[in-house]
Amino acid sequence: MASDLVLDLPSDLASIEEAVDFVMERCSGCGEDPRRLRLNLRVGLSEALANAMLYGNARDASKRVKVEVAFRGSAITTRVTDEGEGFDPYHLPDPTSPANILKAEGRGIFLMRKLLDEVYFNDCGNSVTLVLRLPPFRDDVEVDGGARA
Amino acid sequence: MGFQVEKVNDVLVVDVEGQLIVGNRQELKQKVLEELENGERKFVVDFEKTGYIDSSGLGVLVSLSKKVREQGGELRLANLNEDLKTLFELTKLDTLFHIADSREAALKGL
Repeated sequence: MASDLVLDLPSDLASIEEAVDFVMERCSGCGEDPRRLRLNLRVGLSEALANAMLYGNARDASKRVKVEVAFRGSAITTRVTDEGEGFDPYHLPDPTSPANILKAEGRGIFLMRKLLDEVYFNDCGNSVTLVLRLPPFRDDVEVDGGARA
Repeated sequence: MGFQVEKVNDVLVVDVEGQLIVGNRQELKQKVLEELENGERKFVVDFEKTGYIDSSGLGVLVSLSKKVREQGGELRLANLNEDLKTLFELTKLDTLFHIADSREAALKGL
């Protein structure tokens, strides 16, 4: 993936907020509905980072999380990759079912899938790509640091 | 950013300032559980000053509500903004909680 922005983060939950704020700031001029950035992309990216640090890297401080962001004419694409062994993201319990709704965990990937236009994983499951489609291209908007390609 | 606790009659009101996320959820959990252990049974979590909640934040609210109910109490939520309401609706947690539009409405009848 050709990236416009790459972040290399420690597996430190305290780094999530600052990293997400930084990405949000870079996206602020992309022409997307501010609410979709603030809610959909922000929550989706936060969930992906928390999963990568908590479960992927198992809070191992020596392991890193890579964030790649690409701004293209039709979408903001964000990829989050950890150094863990991955997991099967296609057989997860439904957190809204009566059997699971009282559980404290299990809503992160569900929310990603509800809030983003596309969510897909690599084969082993240690890398997730989030796609937020942008409204039709306008040539008068630029992302911070460069024109939308 | 943090959690401010205030007693209104026999109800403990917790203000969530900023965010309720994976990085600070344990702080809220500890505060409420301490108060539960001290005998408090009625809780309102007020989100008027809250930006957003992640799934860990939602999870800690579910967990606390369950523990409070097990002790015969009730935990209500107040002042969710539109983004937060959307998260509760998507996860169907709006069916699990008493969600009030204001602190006053949450306190009423608790």
